[in-house]
Amino acid sequence: MSSPTQPAQYGFAERWLPRLVLAPSFLLTLIFIYGFITWNGYLSFTSSRLLPSFNWAGLTQYHALFALERWWVAVKNLFIFGGLFIGGAMAIGIALAILLDQKIRAEGALRTIYLYPMALSFIVTGTAWKWMLNPGLGLEKLMHDWGFTNFTFDWLVNSDMSIYTVVIAGLWQSSGFVMALFLAGLRGIDDSIIKAAQIDGASLPRIYWKIILPALRPVFFSTLMILSHIAIKSFDLVVALTGGGPGFASDVPATFMYAMAFTRGQMGLGAASATMMLMTVAAMVVPYLYSELRRSRNA
Amino acid sequence: MPKFWRGVVYSALLLAALYYLLPLYVMVITSVKTMDQIRAGNLLSFPTSISFDAWSKAWSSACTGVECGGLKPFFWNSVRMVIPAVLISTSLGALNGYILSKWRFPHSELTFALILFGVFIPFQVVLLPMAQTLGWFGIARSVTGLVFVHCVFGLASTTLFFRNYYVGIPDELIKAARLDGAGFWRIFFRIVLPMSTPIVMVVLIWQFTQIWNDFLFGVVFSSGDSQPITVGLNNLANTSTTVKEYNVDMSAALIAALPTILVYVFAGKYFVRGLTAGAVKG
Amino acid sequence: MQTLRITLCAAAMTVAFAANAAEVEVLHWWTSGGEAKAAGELKKMLEAKGDKWKDFAVAGGAGENAMTALKTRVVSGNPPAAAQIKGPAIQEWGDEGVLTSLDDVAKADGWDKVLPGVVINTMKYKGHYVAAPVNVHRVNWLWVNPELLKKVGAKAPTTWDAFFKTAEALQKAGIQPVAYGGQPWQDATVFETVLLGVGGVDFYKKTLVNLDQGALKSATMVKVLETYKKIKPLTDKNSAGREWNLATSMVINGKAAMQFMGDWAKGEFLAAGKVPGKDFLCVAAPGTANAYTFNIDSFAMFKLSNKDAEKGQKDLASVLVSPQFQEIFNLNKGSIPVRLGADMSKFDECGKQSAKDFAADSKSGTLVPSFAHGMAVHSATQGAIYDVVSQFWNDDNMTAKAAAEKLAVAAKTM
Repeated sequence: MSSPTQPAQYGFAERWLPRLVLAPSFLLTLIFIYGFITWNGYLSFTSSRLLPSFNWAGLTQYHALFALERWWVAVKNLFIFGGLFIGGAMAIGIALAILLDQKIRAEGALRTIYLYPMALSFIVTGTAWKWMLNPGLGLEKLMHDWGFTNFTFDWLVNSDMSIYTVVIAGLWQSSGFVMALFLAGLRGIDDSIIKAAQIDGASLPRIYWKIILPALRPVFFSTLMILSHIAIKSFDLVVALTGGGPGFASDVPATFMYAMAFTRGQMGLGAASATMMLMTVAAMVVPYLYSELRRSRNA
Repeated sequence: MPKFWRGVVYSALLLAALYYLLPLYVMVITSVKTMDQIRAGNLLSFPTSISFDAWSKAWSSACTGVECGGLKPFFWNSVRMVIPAVLISTSLGALNGYILSKWRFPHSELTFALILFGVFIPFQVVLLPMAQTLGWFGIARSVTGLVFVHCVFGLASTTLFFRNYYVGIPDELIKAARLDGAGFWRIFFRIVLPMSTPIVMVVLIWQFTQIWNDFLFGVVFSSGDSQPITVGLNNLANTSTTVKEYNVDMSAALIAALPTILVYVFAGKYFVRGLTAGAVKG
Repeated sequence: MQTLRITLCAAAMTVAFAANAAEVEVLHWWTSGGEAKAAGELKKMLEAKGDKWKDFAVAGGAGENAMTALKTRVVSGNPPAAAQIKGPAIQEWGDEGVLTSLDDVAKADGWDKVLPGVVINTMKYKGHYVAAPVNVHRVNWLWVNPELLKKVGAKAPTTWDAFFKTAEALQKAGIQPVAYGGQPWQDATVFETVLLGVGGVDFYKKTLVNLDQGALKSATMVKVLETYKKIKPLTDKNSAGREWNLATSMVINGKAAMQFMGDWAKGEFLAAGKVPGKDFLCVAAPGTANAYTFNIDSFAMFKLSNKDAEKGQKDLASVLVSPQFQEIFNLNKGSIPVRLGADMSKFDECGKQSAKDFAADSKSGTLVPSFAHGMAVHSATQGAIYDVVSQFWNDDNMTAKAAAEKLAVAAKTM
């Protein structure tokens, strides 16, 4: 143990006080996160319909779930959305952070502009986005008004494309935050390393690619975690923009679960889909947490 | 850097700024147009005259069901909810982070991991069991209940933020204080807390945004007189008489967004500064 | 000390007295024009009885958000006094054991005598009244802007052939024939209307009420689906996600000629100051003149722990079925009163027509529950069929045959 606070040296009160102070939070987590996860898991093995019931039904709900086309559309959409959203937000965020790091005038103002979408709920901006993306009201009409009559942009109302409008709006909302995280990371890098590289005659893009970005590895990982949990949990975004439509073409697991468990009397099925979501999350997060813990233990 | 490249950098940055500002621009100009102007123009056209009628209607007289009191009551519900929820969840997060980084005990890391996993839980999962619990506590459909829910589900992220920040405070500092005879609380209030301003700003802003903008918890854990502003906005925007009043909808959306926008405009720099100071480490 | 005690007593008494004005919390999603007005009338009449109306409006997606709110409230043990629940859903909630009996109100007000049999059946759970009906909507209406039809010299179509001919003429004249809102429940509304018109009453009952596998996969169903899809080119491509009342306003403003929608659409016409028979026409959808898809709105009453609130609840049930409320409410909402032999003199042409047809169709057995509005099957099955219908409407690569097969699979959803 490299930790300087050696438990053995504490007095009785000192040893137990921290645990006592932490206990309420820990208990809350145990009950309200793990208790509820268990509750939901149990529900997924029952025949619950309108309200929770506890009639054991085995794997029926999972069979039903896997046989449902709508579920697989939702899963596919999650991959499309997740991939493009995470990749896009990362690329845009890093690019903006690097550009902003070039001793830009009015950096503060620009930063605020990039960051403000994060401050807004999609319940708020959904209306504006829906309007802008609607072919009859928004961008397409605008281009037609300006004389570009061949311009079409009907992704919002097109079954094959509607999920991509969710990506556009999602990028708008979250890429500024990624920018802030990376900008913070860039500011934390020691200038002397860069200076040394410049003296060695390395070009600026090369310095970024070879020295600076690798140094930001930890930021990469925390950003990846943040973005992927936003992607999996994205709900407001889809509801406000497409309502999962046209039909269920832009459904994602979160909206699927909501529709089944709450709108339709298929709570067991909803619980099963939630369990699948949780397992996906766990598959991603647990390795991360594990490496995180190992690292801090070795620190 | 050569002049040409600086030009490219600036144009790229400005172009990006346009993309980010576009929805806000559309919302703002629509909210000050009259319905006639909205029908006549397109969504980018500048208003010929500016009118704040839609704003006052959205604030105090638009219908959100049988009641026609605008967003005003919802706004105050949100305020009553967000202040205690932010303060409590931030304080708890600070203490947790302090303990998990400076007062480690056997399995404290596991404890941290368990708390952290809470960040990732899809909230739809907890709606029903939470409702039952709130019912047992007797705080279902009240602002108190909402505060409680937000505190519980805010804990994970506030703890994470503080813990990662406090890891960066040298342990020697704590050690020295202990040699001087300072205890758990004294170290926290005299040494750790005064060093925490950047991260406290980050967490306050983060929690404020999250809680103010929440719709899901708001819609299911409240009732008529405790509904937060996002629910009010949703009712208002869906309360369309035959003619959809886009200007009122947009004003309402802006009113709902105003507090968070102001926070970002005036405190945004602390946010980035706080992140720089170590919140994103690891 | 003495004064303190007196003050406390006084305070306690004020509280007790205030609680006497029973507070009735009502969950509903009537937040748009005519509907909100109608709900406002309800509030007024309840308050005239000395009760306090506590509004619990949750808008969005034809009650989707409201349902979520309701479920969590019931689970938390704090249900609202009354909630907008209808059709088989009343039975589902009854199964959960959370509804309260209204038998004493029903007896005092003679519901058994004044309500039609089909309504009584829906309102009762295991022989007890648990919900109060407020109106009967007819779903199979076609709303027409006569001025636009006059431009192409057409009359309101009564057959599907005539409908598509008229539509073609309108399109040639540069007029959009059909106003459409592309939301799942609206897709289903138009679908069931087409199904009733093309397949007839028996086929409707077989498919959308009894979920007969053979009928769902039959050639008739393929024809129904093809006819349904033929409507799509008559709409604009911005229809996806549009609210029904915005589609209605397209007909009102002359941007489109016709809309398939239930009679709540009339409320929007009236709110815009339009006169039925002159500025707009209501006709039975093509091929459905002798049939009636009904949609009965009702409020189910929940078991409460608070006795005072129960009094308010009973008052509410009584008000809902009272002739005065039925008249005022339905004049605003576009529907007709549920009471037998209600005075229709204040109603317009559409209302009178609807009442006449309701009586005639209930005699001839051509009264069918609306599938799209949750009157026919459980919500899970309904939702699964919604999915297929919407998918078929939106996916131009899906054949009618494939859609029929999918419908049959969806109908098995329990």
